[in-house]
Amino acid sequence: MSTSTETIEQLASREYKYGFETKLETDTFPPGLDEQVVRMLSAIKEEPEWLLEFRLKSFRAWLQMKEPAWHNLKIQPIDYQAASYYSAPKKKPELKSMDEVDPEVRRTFERLGIPLEEQKLLSGVAVDAVFDSVSVATTFRAKLLELGIIFCSFSEAVKHHPELVKKHLGSVVPYTDNFYATLNSAVFSDGSFVYVPKGVRCPMELSTYFRINAKNTGQFERTLIVADEGSYVSYLEGCTAPMRDEHQLHAAVVELVALDHATIKYSTIQNWYPGDAQGKGGIYNFVTKRGRADKHSKITWTQVETGSAITWKYPSCILQGDYSVGEFYSVATTNNWQQADTGTKMIHLGKHSRSTIVSKGISAGHGQNTYRGAVKIARNAAGARNYSQCDSLLIGDKCGAHTFPYLEIKNSTARVEHEASTSKIGEDQIFYCRQRGLSSEDAVNMIVSGFCKEVFRELPMEFAVEAQKLLSISLEGSVG
Amino acid sequence: MLLDVRDLRVSVEDKEILQGLSLAVNTGEVHAIMGPNGSGKSTLARALAGHPAYAVTAGTATYDGKDLLAMSPEDRAREGLFMAFQYPVEIPGINNAYFLKAALNAVRKHRGQEELDAVEFMALVKEKAKLLDIDREMLGRSVNEGFSGGEKKRNEIFQMAVLEPRLALLDETDSGLDIDALKIVANGVNALRRPDRAIVVVTHYQRLLNYIVPDFVHVLSQGRIVRSGGKELAHELEAKGYGWIDAELAGAKA
Repeated sequence: MSTSTETIEQLASREYKYGFETKLETDTFPPGLDEQVVRMLSAIKEEPEWLLEFRLKSFRAWLQMKEPAWHNLKIQPIDYQAASYYSAPKKKPELKSMDEVDPEVRRTFERLGIPLEEQKLLSGVAVDAVFDSVSVATTFRAKLLELGIIFCSFSEAVKHHPELVKKHLGSVVPYTDNFYATLNSAVFSDGSFVYVPKGVRCPMELSTYFRINAKNTGQFERTLIVADEGSYVSYLEGCTAPMRDEHQLHAAVVELVALDHATIKYSTIQNWYPGDAQGKGGIYNFVTKRGRADKHSKITWTQVETGSAITWKYPSCILQGDYSVGEFYSVATTNNWQQADTGTKMIHLGKHSRSTIVSKGISAGHGQNTYRGAVKIARNAAGARNYSQCDSLLIGDKCGAHTFPYLEIKNSTARVEHEASTSKIGEDQIFYCRQRGLSSEDAVNMIVSGFCKEVFRELPMEFAVEAQKLLSISLEGSVG
Repeated sequence: MLLDVRDLRVSVEDKEILQGLSLAVNTGEVHAIMGPNGSGKSTLARALAGHPAYAVTAGTATYDGKDLLAMSPEDRAREGLFMAFQYPVEIPGINNAYFLKAALNAVRKHRGQEELDAVEFMALVKEKAKLLDIDREMLGRSVNEGFSGGEKKRNEIFQMAVLEPRLALLDETDSGLDIDALKIVANGVNALRRPDRAIVVVTHYQRLLNYIVPDFVHVLSQGRIVRSGGKELAHELEAKGYGWIDAELAGAKA
C-alpha cells in the first residue's frame, strides 16, 4: 500500500481509532450471515456485552421475519447470505488519478462544484496528505465540546457514552420493528451519534464533518440523535456526489429523540447510485427513520431523494408529548428505471399535537413514484391536527405516480386535511418557456424547482442550492 | 424584409391547416391577420414561433435573412421573435419577475450582452411595468398563476416590453378582454411600435384594430391569405362579415 493511500486510510478512519484501526485494513468477513458472524462483528468492534445481546436478539428475531411485500416496488430477490457483513472501511478500487474515474461521475462533480480534493476522496483516488476539511472538522468538534455537544461516530459513542446509547438505542425503532431495521440492529456497522445537552442550541449545522465521516459507515448505518430538554439541533445527512458503491443493499436506521421543548431538524439529500439508463445496477435503499417527540418538542424531516434504484423510506414521528409537532417535507424523483415508495407516518398520541406533511413526487422516464403516508390520531390525542399535501409531477408518459394515504382517527376533536394533486409537465409549459428564450432543459428545471419550492425552503440555504442542482442532474435527459 | 413567408403549409395532427400561405413583413410595420375561426390565424403564429405540435410540411420562412424554420423555438426567441400567447401558461412556484429575468438574460447572453443582476433587472422592469399597469404584487406572484384573463394578457405585453423583440406575434391578445383591459394592452403595444420592430396582430375581431391601427390587413380563409389591404379592409369586414369574403371567393371559383 502506498504511503499516500495509507494517509487517506488514516484520515478516513480517524473516528475509529479507539477500536480497531490497526486491524481493519485486512478485515473482511467471508460472505454469509449467522450468529457467529454477529458475535465476531461485535467482538472486532470491542463492544460491551449489552450491545452484543442487542445484536443477537435482533438477529434471532430477524430469522423469523420475512421481507415486507406491501410496498409498490418491483425488487429482485436479495441473497442475504451472499454479502459480507464486515468490511470496514470499505475498500473501493484504488485509482491513481481523476482520469480513471467514470467521466459521467466527473461531469457531475464539476456541475456540482465539488472541490477537487473532495472529488478525489469521494471517488477513491489517492489524495495528498493535507486535506483541509479534516482540520476544519477538528475545530468544529472542539467548539461543540465546549457546549457539551457530543458529535461522534456511533462506535465511539458506544465506547465513551455507553449510558446514553444504551438508554436510547432501539427506544424509537424497536429491534423487532421491521425486516430491514431488525437486520440493521443485528449487523449495523457504524453511523453517527449526537447528543445536545439541556437548553443548548447547536450553533452550526452538523454536516461538514459527517460528510467525511460518512464514507466508512457502510451499508448498515445506525444513527442516534438525542436532543435534551429545550435544546436545538439541525442535522444534515447526505452526500451530494453520486456514490458508486459495491453494495447493492443499504438498510439504515435513524432514531431521533426530542425531549421536552427540544427541536430536531433532520435533512437528507440522498443521491446513491440510481443504476444506469437501462435499469442495471443501483442501490436498494431500505431505511427506517423515526423520531419521538416529547412535550412541546418538534421534529422536522426534510428529504430530497434523487438517487438509488429503489427507495423504501418513511421518516416518521411519534408525537408522544402534548403540543408536540412533527413535520415531513419530501421531494422524491425517479428517472429512468428508478422506483421510490416513500412517505411518512405521523402518530399523534399527545394532546394538541400537530403535524404537516408536504410530499412532492417527480417521475420521469420509466420511474415509478409512490407516496405512502399514514396519519394516526389516538383516542387521547384531543385537538390533534394534521395537514397533508401530496403532489405528483409527471414528465413523459412512461412513468407513474401513486398515492396511498392512510388515515386512522380515533378522536373526534381531531382535524385532518389531505390534499393531493397530479400534474404533468406539458408540451405547452415547456414551449412557453422556450418561446421566452429558455432551453428545454432550463424549462424543465424551472418547472420542477417551482414544484418543489415548499420543500426546498425548508432546507438550509447551501443545501437547497445543492439540492436544486442535483435535481436538475438527476432529471437530465428526461425531456427529449 | 424582416419576415418573408412563402407557400407555407402546416399540419396539426395530420390535418393540414395552412395550405400555402405567403406573407411579407417589413420592420416598422404593423400587420393584422384576420379571419373566421378555424381559418389558421393562430396556426400561423404558433408555427412561426416553432411550437412542436405544428408541423411545417412545405414552404419557407425567412427571418432577417435566416431560415427561421431551421431554428429551435428558443433560438427564434433569442433572435428577437416574440409571441404573446392566446392562453399564457401557468408555472406554479416560479416568481413572475424571476422568470422574466431568466428569459431576458437568455436573450442578452445570445446577443453577447452582459447578464443583468437582480438590481439592474428590477430597475429596468419598474419603468416597463408602469406602461402596463403591473404592480409589485403581480411581479411577485407565480407566473400567470391565479391571474385573471386580463392580467395574463397584460403580463404577456409586459414581457414583450422587457424582452424588446424585433418581431412580435400577438396571438388573439384581445380575446377575453373587457374594454378597459383592451385599452391598457393596446396602449402598451402602441408604445412599443418602433421603426426597427414589426408587429403581427392575429385577431378575430376588428375591435382591437380601433386601438392598434395596422398598416396592413390580411384576411385568412382556409389556410391561405385571400385578401390583403390597408386598415380600411378591417372596417369593410366589420360591416360585411367574413361571409362576404367567402361568398366572393365562391363566386370567383364558379
